[in-house]
Amino acid sequence: MQKLRLRYAKRGRLRFTSHRDVARAFERALRRAGVPMAYSQGFSPHPKVSWAGAVPTGVSSVAEYAEVQLVERLDPEVLRDELNAALPDGIDVLDAADAEPGALADRLQVSRWRIDLPGTDVAELRDAVTALMAADTALVERMTKDGRRTIDARAALVSAEVQGGPRIVAQGDQISASTAQVDDWPEASEPYGILVTVVRQTTPVVRPDDVLSALRVVADLAPSAAASATRLEQGRLDDGGRIVDPLARASGGDRIPAGGPAAG
Amino acid sequence: MRVESVFDRLEPLLPRVSKPVQYVGGELNATAKAWDDVAVRWCLMYPDAYEVGLPNQGVQILYEILNEQPDVLAERTYAVWPDLEELMREHDIPQFTVDSHRPVGAFDVLGLSFATELGYTNLLSALDLAGISLHAVDRTDDDPIVLAGGHAAFNPEPIADFLDAAVLGDGEEAVLEITEAIRRWKAEGQPGGRDELLLRLAESGGVYVPKFYDVSYRPDGAIDEVVPNRDRVPYRVFKRTTMELDDWPYPKKPLVPLAESVHERMSVEIFRGCTRGCRFCQAGMITRPVRERSIEGIGEMVQRGLAATGFDEVGLLSLSSADHSEIAEITKGLADRYEGTNTGLSLPSTRVDAFNIDLANELSRNGRRSGLTFAPEGGSERIRRVINKMVSEEDLIRTVSAAFANGWRQVKLYFMCGLPTETDEDVLQIAEMAKEVIRAGREVSGRKDIRCTISIGGFVPKPHTPFQWAGQTDPDTIDDRLRKLRQAINADRSLGRNIGMRYHDGKPSLVEGLLSRGDRRLGRVIERVWREGGRFDGWNEHFSFERWMSCATAELEQLGVDVDWYTTRERGEHEVLPWDHLDSGLDKEWLWADWQDALDAREQDDCRWTPCFDCGVCPTMGTDIEVGPTGRKLLPISPVGQGSPVRNPAFNGG
Repeated sequence: MQKLRLRYAKRGRLRFTSHRDVARAFERALRRAGVPMAYSQGFSPHPKVSWAGAVPTGVSSVAEYAEVQLVERLDPEVLRDELNAALPDGIDVLDAADAEPGALADRLQVSRWRIDLPGTDVAELRDAVTALMAADTALVERMTKDGRRTIDARAALVSAEVQGGPRIVAQGDQISASTAQVDDWPEASEPYGILVTVVRQTTPVVRPDDVLSALRVVADLAPSAAASATRLEQGRLDDGGRIVDPLARASGGDRIPAGGPAAG
Repeated sequence: MRVESVFDRLEPLLPRVSKPVQYVGGELNATAKAWDDVAVRWCLMYPDAYEVGLPNQGVQILYEILNEQPDVLAERTYAVWPDLEELMREHDIPQFTVDSHRPVGAFDVLGLSFATELGYTNLLSALDLAGISLHAVDRTDDDPIVLAGGHAAFNPEPIADFLDAAVLGDGEEAVLEITEAIRRWKAEGQPGGRDELLLRLAESGGVYVPKFYDVSYRPDGAIDEVVPNRDRVPYRVFKRTTMELDDWPYPKKPLVPLAESVHERMSVEIFRGCTRGCRFCQAGMITRPVRERSIEGIGEMVQRGLAATGFDEVGLLSLSSADHSEIAEITKGLADRYEGTNTGLSLPSTRVDAFNIDLANELSRNGRRSGLTFAPEGGSERIRRVINKMVSEEDLIRTVSAAFANGWRQVKLYFMCGLPTETDEDVLQIAEMAKEVIRAGREVSGRKDIRCTISIGGFVPKPHTPFQWAGQTDPDTIDDRLRKLRQAINADRSLGRNIGMRYHDGKPSLVEGLLSRGDRRLGRVIERVWREGGRFDGWNEHFSFERWMSCATAELEQLGVDVDWYTTRERGEHEVLPWDHLDSGLDKEWLWADWQDALDAREQDDCRWTPCFDCGVCPTMGTDIEVGPTGRKLLPISPVGQGSPVRNPAFNGG
C-alpha cells in the first residue's frame, strides 16, 4: 500500500468543471492509465482518492491537492506522467510525492489568490484594498449549504496587495489559457487591476468572490462581471510569512515551492 | 466563408449560467478538425439538454463514422438551457457546436436525432438561434440541410414544415451516402442550388424530402392522399437497415463527458431489433429484423471501450438483452475477464424469466447488487395477451422468488396504463401482483426488508405498430385509474408500505400522442407553442399542458380537427395514415390483422424461434434475421489484474 499526494491544476475552459466533475475525470483517468488503485470495501467500491478543499466552479487553480492510495508501489513521477497523459487538457497533475505523515488538510492553511479585475483602475483598487486592510471587519453575506450566512472576510485576510498592471505574472506556473498569453492582454492604457491576496482557510471558507464583496462593502468598489480568480498556492504559513509547499518533506528543504514566494 | 469560434464571446457569459461545463466541450475522444481541410461538414444535434443528449448512442456512432472520413468533419450541438438562450439572444451569439464552438448555420447539414416527439420545440429554438429560417421553404443555398433521424423520424409529418429531409432507420450507411451526394454536388459547383441537392437525395428512395410531397384532406379531416409533386421523387420512402453489426463496431471510442450525464456508463449494443412482437412497442416494430453482434465483436468493443474511456460500468445494450442467443456465454466471459477490477456489468433491459437471475448473479459478481428490473407492462393476464407481452403471473413470482432466494432485496416492475381495451380492473391487478411479489419475497428470504417498486407510464399509441389505430386513453381516465391503484396498494398497510409507486400524470402522454400520430397540420401548433415559450417539453419543470392545449385549440379549430381527433379517436382500417408513404417494411395488412388479434386477446409468437409470421419486413427490405449461436467463447484476456481493467506497461515492476 502506497499513499501519494498530488498537486494539480484546473484551468482554461475546464475551470467551469465542478469539483464532482473533476473527481469523476480523475477516477476515469486513473482507470484508463491502469493505475493500481486501492478500492474501498463494501456495497459500491470506489477508488481511494481523497480531496482537500476544492476551488469553486468557474475559478482557476494551479494549486489543488488530492491524495491517492495504491496497491503497488509506483515512482511518483511515472504516476504523474501517465496520469497526465490520460487526463483532459486543463486538468493537469503538476507534482506528485509520497505522502508525509500527518493529514494533508493540516498542510493547507492558507491560499494565495490572484484576482484579475479588467476595467478596474489600479489606483482605485489600491485605495479600496488599503481601506479593506485597515478595517477591523468586513461582513459579507453568502449562501452556504446551511442557508444565508454572514462571514467576516477581513478576518481571514493575511495580506492583500495590488499589482501595477497586467504584465506582472506570477512566477512559476502558467496560469490559465485565457490569461497566460501576455500578447493577448489589453493595452496598458485600459484600466486593469490585479489583486494578489493571501487568505486563511476558515470555516466557512472565504473565497475570492467574498474578497470582492468585502471591497464593495468597505470601499464601494464594484468590479465588472469579467473579474476572474486563480489559486496560485496553498500551504502552511511559516514564521517568515512564506507559504510552505504541502508536498515538501519534513526532513529536508530539497523541494522548491512551485509557485514561488509572493511577488513584490 | 470565414468561420470563427464564438467561444471568446460565450466565455464571459458562462459564469452566469447553470452547469457551464456543458457548453465548453473538451470531452475525451472528441474530434476537432480544421474547417478548411474538409469538403463536407456535419453538425449533429440531440435536441435535449447536454446531460441527456451526450450519451445518445446514435449521435456518437454517426459522429465517429463521419469523422473517420478524411475530408468530412462532424461536430455536435445540444439544446441550450433557457438561461443561456436568453443571454445568447441578448449578446447576439448563435447556436454553436460544443466541439469547436462554430456557428451551426455555417455547416452543410444539421442532422437531428429525435428519440421523442417532446424535442420538437427544441428544434425550433436551435434553428432560430442558429439564424436558420424555421420553414424549409424559406431557406437559401447558404443554409444547412436540416435532416431528421431517430425513431420519431418514422413519422416526421408534424415537423415536416421545418425539415428539409428525414432518414428512416439505421444511419450508418445513410450518412455516408448523403455525404457523398453533397460532396459531388459541391464539387460540381452546386448546380440547381438547394432544390437539386434535395432532389438527388430524394430520388434515391432512402431520404424523405417532405416538401416534394403534397398532402390533401377530406371534408371529415382525414388525409385524402399524399403524392409526390416532382417527377424524380418516388411514391414511397424506405427505411434503412444496417446488416452485419460486426462490420460497424461503433462507437469505438465513446465520448466521455466532464459533466455529469444521465448514463454514467459505457454502452455496447449487443444486438439490434426485436421480434417479440409486443404490440405497443414502436422500437420493436421499426428496428426489425434481429441482428446480433458476435460474442467476439462484443468482447472487443468492451475491451477497447474500457481502455478508451475509463468507465467503471458497461451496459450491454439492446431492446431485450437477455434474448441474445449467446447471452450466458457473454456474461460469464465478461464477468471472468473483469473479475477483481471493479468493473460493473449490466443488462439494462431484460424480460421476466428465471434465466435472468443467473445472468444477474453473474453480472453482480463484483459486488454491486442494486436491484432487478422486470417489465410485465400489464397488470392482468388478459391485458398482457392484448399487448402480446407473454408472461404469466406464475412466471413472474417464480422469477422474483429465485431472485430473493439469491439475496436480492429489491425488485422494480414497469407497467403501462391506458392500454387498448384496458379497464380499472386490469390496472388494479398491478396492486395484487406487487403484493404477491412482497409475500413471495418475505417467504423465500425470511426477511421483512423486501421492496417492490412499480413504475407506471401512460401508454402512447405509436405509428408503425398494431396499436396505431387505437384510441388513446384520456388523461382524466388514466389519472383516475392510477388513483384507484394507489388506494388499492395502501389498503393493506403491512404489504403496502414495502411497495413504492412512481408515475406521471397522463397529460404529457397526451401531448406525446398528439405529436406521435399527427400530420402536417400540427406544425403550426408546434410553432405557436414554441413562440409562446415552449421549451424542453420532456422536462416536468418546463412542460405546460395548458399551453399545448390552448395553442392546439387556436390553430386546429379553423381546420376542423381537434386534439381528440388526433389522440382519443380510434382509426378505421382504410383511413390514410400520415405515415403511410413512409415504409418501415411492416405490411399494413399484417399490422391490421395483429390489431384485430389484440382486440381478441390472441397472442403472436416470436419469429426468431418459430416460423415467419409474415410481418413483411425481411422480404420488403431484403434483409434477414442474423442470429447465432456461433458456439464460440470469449477468449479470456490474461488476468487483467487488480484495481484497473487496463494494463499499463509503464507501471510494470514499479
